[in-house]
Amino acid sequence: MTELVFPAFYIVAAAGFILAIKWMSSPATARRGVIVGEVGMLLAVVGTLLRHEVVNYQWILVAFFVGSAIGVPIAYIMPMTAVPQRTAVSHACGALASALIGTAEYLRRTPHGFVMGALILETLLGFLTCTASLMAFGKLQEILPTRPVTYRGQNFVNLGTLGLAIGIGIVLIFSPEQTWLYPIFVALSLLFGILLIIPIGGADMPTVIALLNSYAGLSASAMGFALDNKLLIVAGALDGSSGFILSVIMCRAMNRSFSNVLFGAFGTIQTSTTAATARPVRSATAEEASEILDAARSVVIIPGYGMAVAQAQHKLRELHDVLTKRGIEVRFAIHPVVGRMPGHMNVLLAEANVPYDRLVEMDEINPDFPRVDVALVIGANDVVNPAARNTPNSPIAGMPILHACDAQTVMVVKRGMSPGFAGIDNELYYMEKTLMLFGDAKAFVGSIVKELNTAVAASR
Amino acid sequence: MSSYEVGIWVFMLAAFLGFELIRRVSPLLHTPLMSLTNAISAIAVVGAIIITGEREASTLTRILGFIAVLASTVNLVSGYLITDRMLKMFKKRGRESD
Repeated sequence: MTELVFPAFYIVAAAGFILAIKWMSSPATARRGVIVGEVGMLLAVVGTLLRHEVVNYQWILVAFFVGSAIGVPIAYIMPMTAVPQRTAVSHACGALASALIGTAEYLRRTPHGFVMGALILETLLGFLTCTASLMAFGKLQEILPTRPVTYRGQNFVNLGTLGLAIGIGIVLIFSPEQTWLYPIFVALSLLFGILLIIPIGGADMPTVIALLNSYAGLSASAMGFALDNKLLIVAGALDGSSGFILSVIMCRAMNRSFSNVLFGAFGTIQTSTTAATARPVRSATAEEASEILDAARSVVIIPGYGMAVAQAQHKLRELHDVLTKRGIEVRFAIHPVVGRMPGHMNVLLAEANVPYDRLVEMDEINPDFPRVDVALVIGANDVVNPAARNTPNSPIAGMPILHACDAQTVMVVKRGMSPGFAGIDNELYYMEKTLMLFGDAKAFVGSIVKELNTAVAASR
Repeated sequence: MSSYEVGIWVFMLAAFLGFELIRRVSPLLHTPLMSLTNAISAIAVVGAIIITGEREASTLTRILGFIAVLASTVNLVSGYLITDRMLKMFKKRGRESD
């Protein structure tokens, strides 16, 4: 009887996960999706605890208790700006779990053939994703340098390490009794994870985080093959394809290939070519900026990672509110790769209570720019750089950009004239119609809001 | 058909289903989507429970299993809760009152 019940638990759980992702397609159904995912997970855990081979509960319950004691505060205290870091840590935890389970399986029964192959794949992906995610965390938290670090023969060293790890893995598949090889295999996998992230810069983090998401999922799927568990295969495949699609979307939004992101070390090539010739720019004060905004009919705000750093999203919402109240149309233009993970800006603006129907995707807003009176760029740089369209030999040539340069007036809030992450000078700043607003993003937007409010008070 | 062969079929179909479903997710929700799939990948807890709870488990495999249950539980709990916390923030115009 019980043998019939357990598969049912797992099948319903898998259906729950599929529905959870399906309902993520729209904000209206997404929360329902989370609930159905939670129910699926509960069924999977209960179904597993009831299995007859599970007899020893105390360690499991202690781990549940301690894990929840760590997980709940993380979920509620974590500020939204730290979401990319949390995601990186969570990839590391998931990959570590999967790698350790694979190791325990190997130690327990030294499997052969197909199962050993799945185990090797599981532990290889698990260990490398674990260290790679920790490195990504270090870069996002700025414990490690966010600029790409490169050295001579780097690709050779990286690919050599990976090749050696795979080679030893293959030997282990054919003769699993050579247990002394296993620690070497683990060490090489861990090392490759570190080497993989060293040359990757902060601007490429959205792609890399998505790719690590995919690896963690594939590792769980391989575990499903090793343990002959279809639920693990399904859940891992869903996670793996999700991460893969997101990283493809990110790559496409930068007009670059996977190998270019992983081995290209973007941002080191161009730095010397644009000699710092001091060219004149027009700057403006908060008062002038607020007058121009007040006279506009249509305003598009273009946020970037700088907005997240300056925590300017709440001030931007105030700006949105005061302008909307005066009958001015305000929209936010979101480039697909802006920020440090896919969808980063959307979450920050949603946190600041900007209604989500004001957040517009690149393809939708670009044709509108010629009719936009003011494009206000906050902490974004490369995603509005016209060099992507006009300069064929630029490193970002061909990257789809937000056509802020087509707007009637462009205003750029910026700390100083330093080039962006990719180290490329931005033509946009030197255009006739561009006004530079020098200062801290949060403080500057705050003073624009104040000017607008006094103008409202004065006109009454 | 061997169990592994079935497994490969399951993997292929699930991967294609995943592609089709995720292509439809609006870029607006890419961050919560990633948290959700993270939480789903905490399904590794299933494998971890089996390893940890076994009768003949050695001390070493039990320790490895324990760490794995712990890591997956952290992911599972924080993953679902933070996804819901993010989704609560996405509001349409006219219902902004907090």
